Amino acid sequence: MLTNRSKVVVDKQMSFVEKLYLPAIIGGLFITFKHFFRKKTTIKYPEVKRELSSVYRGQHVLKRDEQGRENCTACGLCAVACPAEAITMTAAERKPGEEKLYREEKYASVYEINMLRCIFCGLCEEACPKEAIFLTDRIVASDFERGGFIYGKDKLVEPVDNDKRIDLSGRLQAHRKLNS
Amino acid sequence: MPKVTIDNVSIEVPEGTTILQAARMIGGNLVPPAMCYYTKLDTSGGYCRTCIVKVTQGSERDPRPMPKPVVSCRTTVMDGMVVENITNEELVEARKGVVEFLLINHPLDCPVCDQAGECHLQDLSYENGLSKSRYEFKRREFEMHDIGDKIKLHMNRCILCYRCVKVADQVCDGRVHGVINRGDVAEISTYIQNSVDNDFSGNMIDVCPVGALTDKTFRFKSRVWFAKPMDAHRNCDKCCGKVAVWLSGDDILRVTGRKDKYGEVEDWICNDCRFDKKQKSDWVIEGPRNIDRHSVIAQNKYGVLKQLKIDVSKQKQIGEKAHNK
Repeated sequence: MLTNRSKVVVDKQMSFVEKLYLPAIIGGLFITFKHFFRKKTTIKYPEVKRELSSVYRGQHVLKRDEQGRENCTACGLCAVACPAEAITMTAAERKPGEEKLYREEKYASVYEINMLRCIFCGLCEEACPKEAIFLTDRIVASDFERGGFIYGKDKLVEPVDNDKRIDLSGRLQAHRKLNS
Repeated sequence: MPKVTIDNVSIEVPEGTTILQAARMIGGNLVPPAMCYYTKLDTSGGYCRTCIVKVTQGSERDPRPMPKPVVSCRTTVMDGMVVENITNEELVEARKGVVEFLLINHPLDCPVCDQAGECHLQDLSYENGLSKSRYEFKRREFEMHDIGDKIKLHMNRCILCYRCVKVADQVCDGRVHGVINRGDVAEISTYIQNSVDNDFSGNMIDVCPVGALTDKTFRFKSRVWFAKPMDAHRNCDKCCGKVAVWLSGDDILRVTGRKDKYGEVEDWICNDCRFDKKQKSDWVIEGPRNIDRHSVIAQNKYGVLKQLKIDVSKQKQIGEKAHNK
C-alpha cells in the first residue's frame, strides 16, 4: 500500500434515540435557523457593488495624454507580451494635420483585443513603453455573440473630454506602493 | 601561421587576420561586438570603437602590452599575441562607456522605429550599456529625408558607422552619397538632396546597424517579430536571387538579404528583388530561416513538431493476442 489513508468501516448498531431520527432532524433545522441571524455573505448585485482591489485587472483602456492625443504608437510590445495572443494591431503613419490626434509619428489605425482570449494578466500594461494601455476596474460586459467581445478602438480608447477620462490615479498610486 | 590567444582560448590563424576575425573563428561570447565593421566591405571598421579589446602581450618577440585598448576589427594578429576581451573587467567597463557615447545622440524611439527587434544598437546597449541615459543636453535633430523613392533616411538615429557609404562606394557604381560636415554636425547625405538611383542601393538598408536607413515599402507595415522570415530564391539576372522574405500569412511584407549571426548579409541583392517582387508567386520558398532562440523575432513562432514515427506493429500483435485469448 502506498498510503495509509484507508478507513476501517464500522457497522455499529444504532441506539434507540438515533433510530427515532427526530432529534437529528431538529438538530439540523436548528443549524438552518441559526443562519437567519448571521451576517449575509451575498449582496444585491446591480444595486450594491462589491469593493474591488485598487489593482483589480478588468477591461483595458487606451489612454490619451493631457492634450488629448493617443499615447499608443503601435509598437506591438503588448501583443508580443500577451500570453493569450489576444491583441492585434495595424500601424499607420500620422499625416500632417493629425498632430492633435496622435502623439507619435506612428499610431495604431486598428487595435483589437479579443476579450474572450484575454486572461487579464496585465502583461500588456507592463510591456507598454508609452503608458498607453492600462487595465481598469471596469468589468467586461456580457454579450450574446462572440463578435461582440472583440473590442476595437471605439471601445478601448478613452474619450477626449476631460470629464469623461478614465481615472487611473488610485491604481497608479497602488502600483507605486507595491513596487516600492 | 600566427597563434593568438583570446580570452585564454588559443587559435592559429592565417597571416593578416584581424583579432575580430580570429575571435569569430573561435566563436561564442568572447567575440567582440561590432557596429561599423562589415566583412564584405573593404576598409570598413575603426569608427564605432565597440570592438575594442585589451592586448596584454603584443607578440612572442615583443611581449610588451599595448598601452591602450585597440580596435579588434583593424588590428591584425601577431604570433604569440594575448588578447583579453570579456575576461578583462576594465575593458568591459570601457565598452560600456563607448556604448554610452554611441547612445548620446540616438533618440529613444524604438517603439516607432522599424529596426527595433533586429537593431544592433539595441542589442549592444542591452548587453553592454546602462539602462539609463546620463545625457541631459539636446540631442542632434535632423529633418527626415527620402533617399530615392524606396529608402528613408532618419539622420537622428544614425551612429555614423560609414557602412552605407562603403556600400555606395563599393557595391553601387558611381559614388552617390557620403558623409558631409565634420564632428558633431557630420551627417549622411546625398549631394544636394539627390536621390540614390542604383540597382544595389537597397543594400544600404541591410548594412545599417540601426534604423537610420529603412525600407520605405515596409515602413510601419509590421514589427519584425510579427513577420515570419523564410529563405527564398528566384532567378535574377542582376544578383544571386537568394533572399529572406518576411511573411505575414501569404503576404510578403519585405525582402532582405540573408543575414548571418553577426548581422552580415551572405550576398548583396538587387533592388528589383528587394522592392518590386512582393508576390509569393515571384519566389520559391525554401523554408523557415533559423532565428536565434533568444531573439525577439523568435517569439510566438512555434516550430512544427517533427512527425513522430511510431511502430504500431508491436501494439497490433499485443492487441491481437489479448483478443484471441
